[in-house]
Amino acid sequence: MNVSRRTLLGLLGMAPLAGGVLKAAGATRPQGDSKPLTESEMARQRIQRLHLPNVPLFTQEGKKVLFYDDLVKDKIVTLNFFYAKCDDICPLVMANLSKVQKLLAADLNKDLFMYSITLKPEEDTVDVLKHHHEMYAAMPGWTFLTGKPADVEKVRAGIGFTYPDPKIDKDKTQHIGNIRFGNEPLMLWSACPGMAHAEFLAESIVWSVLRPDSIGVPRS
Amino acid sequence: MYYNVFGEKVSRRRFKEMEEAAKNRRELIAAGLTSRRDLFKMGLLTAGGMLVAKSGLSARAQGLGQVMPQSGGGSNTSPGTQQNCLPGNQTASPATQPFRDPLVVMPQPRKLSSLSPTPTLNPNVGAGEVRAAAFQAPGISSSRFPVVPATLYHFTQKQFTARQTSDPNIGPQTIWGFDDGSGPRSPGPTYQAFYGAPQLTRNTNSLPATNQVNNTGFGMPSVSTHLHNGHTPSESDGNPCDFYPAGHFCDQYYPNVLAGFNSTNAPDGDVNEALSSLWYHDHRVDFTSQNTYKGLFGFYCLFNQFDTGNETTGFRLPSFPQFDIPLAFADKVYDPTGKLVFDLFNLDGILGDKFLVNGTIQPYLVVSPRRYRFRLLDTGPSRFYEFFLTGNVGGAGNPTTNPFFLIGTDGNLIPKPVQVTSVRIGPAERVDVIIDFSQFSHGSTVYLENRLNQLNGQGPTAVDSQLFPNGGQSTGTTECQNLGVTTNGAILPPNFNNGQNLVLQFRVTGPQVADNSVNPATGPSYYALPSTNVDPRIVRTFKFDRLNGQWSINGQFMDCGYGNGGTGGESTEMFRFAVRQNSVEQWLLTNLTGDWTHPVHIHLEEHQILSRSRVAPTVPTDIGRKDVTQLHPNERVQLFFRFRDWLGKYPIHCHNVVHEDHAMMAIWHVVPPGGEDNINVP
Repeated sequence: MNVSRRTLLGLLGMAPLAGGVLKAAGATRPQGDSKPLTESEMARQRIQRLHLPNVPLFTQEGKKVLFYDDLVKDKIVTLNFFYAKCDDICPLVMANLSKVQKLLAADLNKDLFMYSITLKPEEDTVDVLKHHHEMYAAMPGWTFLTGKPADVEKVRAGIGFTYPDPKIDKDKTQHIGNIRFGNEPLMLWSACPGMAHAEFLAESIVWSVLRPDSIGVPRS
Repeated sequence: MYYNVFGEKVSRRRFKEMEEAAKNRRELIAAGLTSRRDLFKMGLLTAGGMLVAKSGLSARAQGLGQVMPQSGGGSNTSPGTQQNCLPGNQTASPATQPFRDPLVVMPQPRKLSSLSPTPTLNPNVGAGEVRAAAFQAPGISSSRFPVVPATLYHFTQKQFTARQTSDPNIGPQTIWGFDDGSGPRSPGPTYQAFYGAPQLTRNTNSLPATNQVNNTGFGMPSVSTHLHNGHTPSESDGNPCDFYPAGHFCDQYYPNVLAGFNSTNAPDGDVNEALSSLWYHDHRVDFTSQNTYKGLFGFYCLFNQFDTGNETTGFRLPSFPQFDIPLAFADKVYDPTGKLVFDLFNLDGILGDKFLVNGTIQPYLVVSPRRYRFRLLDTGPSRFYEFFLTGNVGGAGNPTTNPFFLIGTDGNLIPKPVQVTSVRIGPAERVDVIIDFSQFSHGSTVYLENRLNQLNGQGPTAVDSQLFPNGGQSTGTTECQNLGVTTNGAILPPNFNNGQNLVLQFRVTGPQVADNSVNPATGPSYYALPSTNVDPRIVRTFKFDRLNGQWSINGQFMDCGYGNGGTGGESTEMFRFAVRQNSVEQWLLTNLTGDWTHPVHIHLEEHQILSRSRVAPTVPTDIGRKDVTQLHPNERVQLFFRFRDWLGKYPIHCHNVVHEDHAMMAIWHVVPPGGEDNINVP
């Protein structure tokens, strides 16, 4: 069998969008609800507690946001780290993301939110981020973030972008170049190398977190 | 006034340069130059990875000569760094009493006489099948490999509730398993397959869809079931990219035929290529670690006229299934409430602090004083084991270390049994062993104990390559040792830390029964090793590396090649290289990292290890036919391959499944002669 690319496109298009069910899946409870938490709700809380700290960060527009409450909760997201003066892999990864945002433009800022967080918040002020946001032609839905160094570190450690050896971990030129993507309410999390092909990155985001009921594409 | 991106005042000329730099970057992006290779081609990237500092390209080109200000890095208390070097990086599991529960021996699956709808040569798309292509085997011989073979199975992936211990500290778990019609279980049923009897399994995904509130914190209800070590046609192999969601199925054809049947050794193949202990597991791209951890694996035992499963015939190995028992090892972590957890955010590898055998924490097995064959499988995700047979635990004097026989590596019988006192396996590797319990007094207790010291996903703390004969000697270091963390050497003492590593308890309290199996000490012969004295058509090099935390093979990453599916982008190439059907190749696996061990698995064909860092292998588990080879730090391993019989796509990947899920994998394909011009790994 040969599934043509057009058919494939159709197959992916037919898959229900996970974003459409986010509200139904939400673990948020009205206040005063005293029912015991379900296994799923407990798992979601554990993930939030261990990995998704609710620390304040600042967008390239200077807006103060809380990492969990405002950026991740009930959302489908991508997360990565970069810094402005990085001349090694950051430009490649960020250029890749710039391509990814175009490939996923139909979902961006509606069901998908992309976040790039600076590893050097001391240098990368809001103004610096704004400049870079423009430089990478970031569309609405792709937000650049800075914050207090300690808060940024909490996010980095939370999403596992660390090395076993703290000496290596402090060397920012070796920083983790992966792109973490997740569907927070459905607890689907994975990651791809930031330097993978942008097309494959976009597709991985589609079939892992955006439309997780996609069919992998059989081809002969 | 002009300011640079860092808020510093700059001259008008510099500001213009900066604007130019920004414009250049936009152009790079617009031109789609996003890979390292592209930038190399354009001469814009130096070998060291720096963007060429020509005026205008980089916003900080003018400042390259300056020392970069180092960030303070904020707090030093980031979890996941230093703790990674300590056992149990995550919350320590609740205490459990060991040896409360009997070992579960998985039953054989229900055979069916028909399937509805009837399997078809081409994928039955209308009925919801998602197979990649037509079955290859019936195309070779429709009489020998009928589209609907006599042996049929229907496996359904399901979510269910199971106890992994009766200890009240750890309650029922919501896990995934395979249902053959008699109810879901994990590990799944153990196939009893025979050479010459092709079989077909329909794998139906009935896991709960992602749009329901039923997720327990990890797992992707999307599957592709791989038969590990199978000489399987590509459409039935369970390729990571051929995944499908709930509501779909895939018919997978297992010809149970010896390698070479349609090439070097027609028509029956080479019996010296016989496979014995295979296993099946989920292989969904990016989610294999979560899905296998959640329970999607099982055994596939393959028999023939020599390895018969009957101890009175052939090689007279202990009879299946009573005295021939598959053992699947897994290490897991539970949260303080006793719920199974998985660290979704780990990039290095995951270790658990509870050892499970066949789905039960530290079980016991009542054995008779006779010989048993055990098929040991490391299901991962990331732990290596070195198993010892420990006796006299808790008695007067020291614990004892007892001998046993190694008879198979990666599920394949080796030429002769080898007596050993320990055997090491990494993720996805198997060893077959024979333990004679008549050497112990009736009523005594002995243990299978893992004495290998491993602190994190990097691999065992001793990282030299051929360390099996003198286990305990370490010539390398891991990142943890650099930290000065006490590692207790590579091999831990027996009954270490109150017996935490006693994985399985044998109670020699079973009745005296006849033992008609051959004593391996008498030196029986099994299969000879196929000759490797053939010039390879090609020698390929595979460099396993870590680039800014990104696991890579030859500097590139996993790609299913579906570039434009639904996203409108250009398609990318799935296949990294092509192998000529029925040809001989040598593959050089090289590990560019100095502190990581990668268990490297290659689908379709077994290999033999010709050398490790230019020295012929010396350890018993290396001298045999393999499908996973441990690639130790800084090592170069030379493998011999024949790629025979089937066509199509297969992967090479690291079987530390956390590395695999983060792109340490490449898809290649077997093509007919004439189509294999692309001989280099890009």
